[in-house]
Amino acid sequence: MTDEHSLYGPLEDPAADAGHQEHPPRVGFFTDTSVCIGCKACEVACKEWNDVPEDGLDLLGMSFDNTGMLGASSWRHVAFIEQERPLGRQDPGLSDLPTGPSAAEHTAEVVADGLRDAPRGGGELGTEPVDLGFPSFELPGAGTGSETRTDFRWLMSSDVCKHCTHAGCLDVCPTGALFRTEFGTVVVQPDICNGCGYCVSGCPYGVIDRRPDDGRAWKCTLCHDRLRGGLEPACAKACPTDSIQFGPLDELRERADRRLEQLHEAGVGEARLYGRDPEDGVGGDGAFFLLLDEPEVYGLPPDPVVPTRDLPSMWKHAAVAASALLAATAAVFIREGRR
Amino acid sequence: MGSNMAEAHPVGFQWVMEAKARGARVIHIDPRFTRTSALADQHVTLRAGTDIAFLGGVINHILSNDLHFEEYVQAYTNAPFLLSERYQDTEDLDGLFSGYDPHTASYDSSSWTYEGVEAEERPGRRHKEQAAPDQHGSGGPVIGGAVGDIAADPTLQHPRCVFQVLKRHFARYTPEMVERICGVPRDRFLDVCRAWTENSGRERTAALVYSVGWTQHSVGAQYIRTASIIQLLLGNIGRPGGGIYALRGHASIQGSTDIPTLFNLLPGYLPMPDITQENLADYLDGVRRPDQKGFWGNADAYMISLLKEYWGEAATADNDYCFDYLPRINGDHGTYRTAMDMVDGKIFGYFLLGQNPAVGSAHGRLQRLGMANLDWLVVRDLTMIESATFWKDAPEVETGEIVTERCRTEVFFFPAASHVEKAGTFTQTQRMLQWRDKAVEPSGDQRSELWFFHHLGRRVKDRLAGSTDDRDRPVLDLAWDYRTEGDEPSAADVLRHINGIDLRTGRTVGGYPDLRADGSTACGCWIYSGVYADETNQSRRRKSRFEQGPYDAEWGWTWPLNRRVLYNRASADPQGRPWSERKALVWWDEDRGEWTGHDTPDFEKDKPPHYRPPEGASGPQALSGEDAFIMMSDGKAWLFAPTGLADGPLPTHYEPHESPVRNLLYGQQANPTRKVYGRRDNPSNPAPPEAHGEVFPFVFTASRLTEHHTAGGMSRQLPYLSELQPELVVEVSPELAAERGLRHLDWAHVITSRTAVEARVFVTDRMAPLRVEDRTVHQIWMPYHWGSVGLTTGDVVNDLIGVVAEPNVLIQESKVLTCDIRPGRRPRGPALLEYVQDYRRRAGITPQTGTRIATTGDDHRPTHTEPHRGEDSP
Repeated sequence: MTDEHSLYGPLEDPAADAGHQEHPPRVGFFTDTSVCIGCKACEVACKEWNDVPEDGLDLLGMSFDNTGMLGASSWRHVAFIEQERPLGRQDPGLSDLPTGPSAAEHTAEVVADGLRDAPRGGGELGTEPVDLGFPSFELPGAGTGSETRTDFRWLMSSDVCKHCTHAGCLDVCPTGALFRTEFGTVVVQPDICNGCGYCVSGCPYGVIDRRPDDGRAWKCTLCHDRLRGGLEPACAKACPTDSIQFGPLDELRERADRRLEQLHEAGVGEARLYGRDPEDGVGGDGAFFLLLDEPEVYGLPPDPVVPTRDLPSMWKHAAVAASALLAATAAVFIREGRR
Repeated sequence: MGSNMAEAHPVGFQWVMEAKARGARVIHIDPRFTRTSALADQHVTLRAGTDIAFLGGVINHILSNDLHFEEYVQAYTNAPFLLSERYQDTEDLDGLFSGYDPHTASYDSSSWTYEGVEAEERPGRRHKEQAAPDQHGSGGPVIGGAVGDIAADPTLQHPRCVFQVLKRHFARYTPEMVERICGVPRDRFLDVCRAWTENSGRERTAALVYSVGWTQHSVGAQYIRTASIIQLLLGNIGRPGGGIYALRGHASIQGSTDIPTLFNLLPGYLPMPDITQENLADYLDGVRRPDQKGFWGNADAYMISLLKEYWGEAATADNDYCFDYLPRINGDHGTYRTAMDMVDGKIFGYFLLGQNPAVGSAHGRLQRLGMANLDWLVVRDLTMIESATFWKDAPEVETGEIVTERCRTEVFFFPAASHVEKAGTFTQTQRMLQWRDKAVEPSGDQRSELWFFHHLGRRVKDRLAGSTDDRDRPVLDLAWDYRTEGDEPSAADVLRHINGIDLRTGRTVGGYPDLRADGSTACGCWIYSGVYADETNQSRRRKSRFEQGPYDAEWGWTWPLNRRVLYNRASADPQGRPWSERKALVWWDEDRGEWTGHDTPDFEKDKPPHYRPPEGASGPQALSGEDAFIMMSDGKAWLFAPTGLADGPLPTHYEPHESPVRNLLYGQQANPTRKVYGRRDNPSNPAPPEAHGEVFPFVFTASRLTEHHTAGGMSRQLPYLSELQPELVVEVSPELAAERGLRHLDWAHVITSRTAVEARVFVTDRMAPLRVEDRTVHQIWMPYHWGSVGLTTGDVVNDLIGVVAEPNVLIQESKVLTCDIRPGRRPRGPALLEYVQDYRRRAGITPQTGTRIATTGDDHRPTHTEPHRGEDSP
């Protein structure tokens, strides 16, 4: 366990920590994937409002997902996951039908093969099946090995920048292009970004990305301009089923806790919150989720940690090493002086 | 059922999710597992085209277990009425009702009437050609003598009462039969029956949603009839949380039937006159009769006000209010007949407004070949759609059937203003008119439809000015007096005219009860009357739902008269008390002597529940205080339709026109009155009892994706939408993929007797095979949004579909057909024609295939083909 410090651990007020005085409450997203209908209105509204370019007319074959992952030109990404397993008490209507084995494993393999050659690739997150150490090559939960499939569920989830309490991208940015806003969100300023790309490796979620044409880094701004104008972000505004909820983070956390309880009572025992916990590796997310399976299934890292967690101890170790080196050098000179 | 609401109506689906969050159980019954199924509590897979068998099973379950809402059924439906002794059911005639004529494939419906109610001979053929049943749109058809006491048995026991006839008609629709026909395991079917019946009654109501997955069948209207029978038996009509929700196919398609773009209707579901109607009196006799009940009784006021709106001061009592200026219909002038007439060289010009038939209509090939044989074609759209460019990039150019240099059609393309570039209303699925202001000026040459037609009309009038030819009078005498702002006609002024104006005061009328048959009022659409009451645009109201009651009466405006729930008198019992406190909507307030409640009462406000009409009363006055269904000519909701439908008084399971299996219930295979067009350029795949159905062994269905808009004109040109679904795919089950050697993301092509189209393969668990009788039935699905222009292009899926129509409304059967699927891409160029020809040869297909409509008994079975003419391509 690492000690808490301003680059790690729970932090009540990131905006104040960043020097904003008299600032509005911290806001964020609660994305309730249990009511997402996969319409992708969030993706379109985001691109329309923020003038994000189209990034490829590629058929990925990953169910209805042709976006693949978050990137410089995809600030919202709706994942579609077809699984051979039940959803709570839902009846998918397959039992007693003349079905054979599930296709989920096979299609996942085809998609993985295809993505290696795809011009834009899929990256590690979200697109390729994740190896969780199971003996066979399949998505977690996919394929029960039975000869006739009887279970099925289709999960959908709209992913977005997490606006971490401790944002890896921001902390490593050498130019100050990334900054913490008065709303506690994290925004990159394109006119300052020099395209160094440190932020890309600094993000534990693989969210921020550089555009191939100009090399600058881009990601969700949580519609900073709309927030300043008193409007909610475009994706939340467009979401027809309120899967994407926007508001003060404290309220969203309360709402999420109630929703989780409700789902558990309704028999959806697999429902869980992701990014809700201020004690996690990034100090909690400004955009957090209600998921219906392990985070890896949605292409989310199970235990994200901000790289700056170890910064103080790294400096400590570096200081120790430096002093040791200094001491050794001094010792050499002292010894030589004795000669 | 028949609706993929989450994908096709995502904005409306938020309310389903809201209901689910409050504890409602959501069941999705559909051939595929869709984004709607993903959010439902239960998904039921059924074979496409078997919904009546499924729903008939539900009716049988209700009736054989006495689960109907007895008091509701007795009071508000025609269940107690006795039928004529001449009536014979499908149970008696192996799938046909009495009155069938195999030579015209139509019914004389006179034997379907109530006992003692005189019925005239009604030759069915003309009826069917004109889709006459469609003309009863907002009310019931006429039955004379309905004001008197119709013979009835209130105990519902008489063998000839509607209730018992209904029971017999559906007696063989057992859970076992449902399983054998639909492929739905009986336990799952009974689960749905239980959920539906347990959630209906005094304290609870259940709602049913359908979309074009129900309408686009050769028995489409009867699908909805079956649903209404269930909802009436369970007391779910006119009550909060109940009803049947018809989700329409586009924004404002409801509006385009209310103020129609259909050949057989005038605004407000007044029928288009036909050639047999010499004068206004003849016409009105066909719409309303002095001896019927209900608000159609005032049709003279609605019609004369419409004529006054069209022709203003030129319309007088002396000249029948210019009734003779209206065109008459003399047959089928529907969109598919029109396309065939274009192919046959009978039509010279065509207007296309916001429509892309080259991609969006069934049998796209026929549509394109028709359009390539015109003198002129006007296309008004946002972008250059395939219907404007077919002469250079249609698939027929590749096959050599259209030669660009020789294509004679002159195409005029007019860029249209989009909905944000013009003011006006949308009328959505819930009959609500919502006004939108113009947000931005249209750019370049883009203009509104209103502008186009206003100035087109003005210019035509100018050109004809001074003409003495009588045939020009209808145009010259048009009032055409809309206010303009600059050169743009005022949409608000048009809406004001639609609302109706009292010509004595010049002010808008308050609603359709104010309309008069003496020429003193003008009204463009009687059902919309009230939308501009008090000279105020009521459709522009925007009061937040947080600031008003549960029915949002001050948001927009709903026809008729801002009633949110139709026939809501039925939400109270015969004495006028709510069936339950929980489900109270409107009720009779004895102290104030009026109907009151949360919604605008759909009943005369001061007519008490105990009111009984005096002798000789007619129209609205003849409605008793218990006649909740105020548009019907007997005041009752019809479980049994004694008149008005072309294909039978009760819904009956018929197999689709193209089906892999024989009808298990009757000798009659498919709808005995469906409209077939037997022509060489419109072949059908064989279906039992015809041979060689095995050449096209799979069931095919097509529909939409959320990411695209119908024929793609509004989505394939937009990068943000195109990248979300960039390519045409075909979805198959893992089982079918194994059988046909199809691999995920590889190419495959689907073949029918019309053509072959290619797509990338999607192998998915969302598709599942079914067991029907002793065989496995595979279903195949494709989205239909692609064509030859735009950022993403692909084959036209609608080219696979032939033209066969439902007889009541002439809608095409595009939701179910048969096909084959093979791995790899389709042949190209002329080789494609040879390839499809080979399939036709193997299946023995001729223009007669599928046109032998009657399949019962050993009688001579006539075919229904068209005279040989013009089949060859232009």
